[in-house]
Amino acid sequence: MRLYAAAVYIFLYAPIAIIVLFSFNAGRHASDFQGFSAQWYGRALSNPFVVDALTTSLIVAATTAILASLFGTMAALALQQVRGPVRAVFDAMIYVAIMVPGIVIGIATLIALVTAFKFLNPLLEAVWPFEGATAPRLNMGYLSLIAAHTMFTMALVIVIVRARLAGMDRSLIEASADLYATPWATFRQITLPQISPAILAGFLLSFTFSFDDFIIAFFVAGSQTTLPIYIFSSIRRGVTPEINAIGTMVLAVSLVLLVVSQVMLRKRTNGK
Amino acid sequence: MPAAAWLFVMLALPLLVVVVFSFGERAAAGGYVPAFTFAQYANLPARWAAFKNTLILAPLGTIVALLAAYPLAYYLAIKASPRLRTGLLILVIVPFWTSILIRTYAWIYILGGRGIPELLEHLGIDDLRLINTPFAVLVGIVYGYLPLMVFPIYVSLEKFDQRLLEAASDLGSPPWRAFLQVTLPLSIPGVATGSMLVFILLMGEFLIPALLGGGKVFFVGNALVDLFLQSRNWAFGSAVAATLVIVMLVTVTLYMRLMRRTSGQRDDVGLF
Repeated sequence: MRLYAAAVYIFLYAPIAIIVLFSFNAGRHASDFQGFSAQWYGRALSNPFVVDALTTSLIVAATTAILASLFGTMAALALQQVRGPVRAVFDAMIYVAIMVPGIVIGIATLIALVTAFKFLNPLLEAVWPFEGATAPRLNMGYLSLIAAHTMFTMALVIVIVRARLAGMDRSLIEASADLYATPWATFRQITLPQISPAILAGFLLSFTFSFDDFIIAFFVAGSQTTLPIYIFSSIRRGVTPEINAIGTMVLAVSLVLLVVSQVMLRKRTNGK
Repeated sequence: MPAAAWLFVMLALPLLVVVVFSFGERAAAGGYVPAFTFAQYANLPARWAAFKNTLILAPLGTIVALLAAYPLAYYLAIKASPRLRTGLLILVIVPFWTSILIRTYAWIYILGGRGIPELLEHLGIDDLRLINTPFAVLVGIVYGYLPLMVFPIYVSLEKFDQRLLEAASDLGSPPWRAFLQVTLPLSIPGVATGSMLVFILLMGEFLIPALLGGGKVFFVGNALVDLFLQSRNWAFGSAVAATLVIVMLVTVTLYMRLMRRTSGQRDDVGLF
């Protein structure tokens, strides 16, 4: 049994170890290890395509995480008061957001937005009030990436924050109201401190999800390239030590965020 | 409520658009012309190979992942020392939260010409081809989704009262029988949840067959990418996507029914 468990851990980690190892390869061939060197990290970070893709990914992930944790928290709070059919519809939508394969979400967002833009762009041009300046055109890119990622990750934040709210001590809120605190003061001083670890965890998970997502971005990125899209198209041309270096950095980023979010979620036990 | 509006505009509406598009026609230059025809659905057999591969490899992958995950979950929940348990559990989950793209492409090294096949050549086994075969895709699937399978099974095994096993042994039941009659039935909810999560994600899988199947072993997800991004046949693509979701929902519903029956009308066989 123990031996089996050890074997599974090797199975899980050997591929990751191989990528990290080969990212330090001094040689130029992906599969011949010729000694240690960090040169590929330097090359990757001075490659303008990589830097561009990384910037796009970071902007999209940060915006997504902010919007998702803000709206997700608001939704989770509002849902506490809602009962009946509205609640059921909302629950069903969250369920669908998590259940429907990412690829279908990517496709649906792609054709819905392209259709909407086809309709909206002439409209925007018609009502654009500034003469001389051309109206902005809505295009697939940052906007569609952020919209699609926010939709998906918001469902995640709602689930996390709601679980935290469910575990909260209601008597504190009642006590606060009995002591003539305004609802806002109660929220700021009682509710928020208790759910903030969950919000932060949701924020970090949303960031990680958006940063690592390939399949939704593949459909809705338009002319933009995110880092996973860059990695995917490079792999098609062959695996290089440079890709391994990028991959190692991406793994490191998600690992750090994961650890921080777990520490945050765990804080509730000593917070009481 | 902004969150509700967002979920509606970005989720429900686009999914409806997919359904509408699936009854339309392809424009001459690619894209979509409104119509009401079942021609796209009649044309589905053209992509039968993708559906066949998905419907064989997704259930097979789920079963193999389950068989690989169960002993590990059992070890973690029952046999492992409590001191190590949390750490070992985290080690299982960490890979799942890191980029599946990077973890999957590592297998191109391991299964590719310079990996396992070269090692086997030293043992006298020549010309073994692993990469770009159904086997490679299966390995990728088990590797990618093992953590998702381990976790729910672990949760259901961890909750269960181990005194039941002592009772079974006091009553003269050999360990294997106690396992079959006590442990296994009690872990069915976890098995059901894990299998369903993995199966749902596998139905929409694109990356693993794209990277490890080399165009020979392709899923519905790969057909969708081809239809939407290369041949730009949105009407037919929408019909394929809609069919995929329907097939998935039907399979999952049937599976839930079956599981509910085998675990004796329990209500906790669900996702949440």
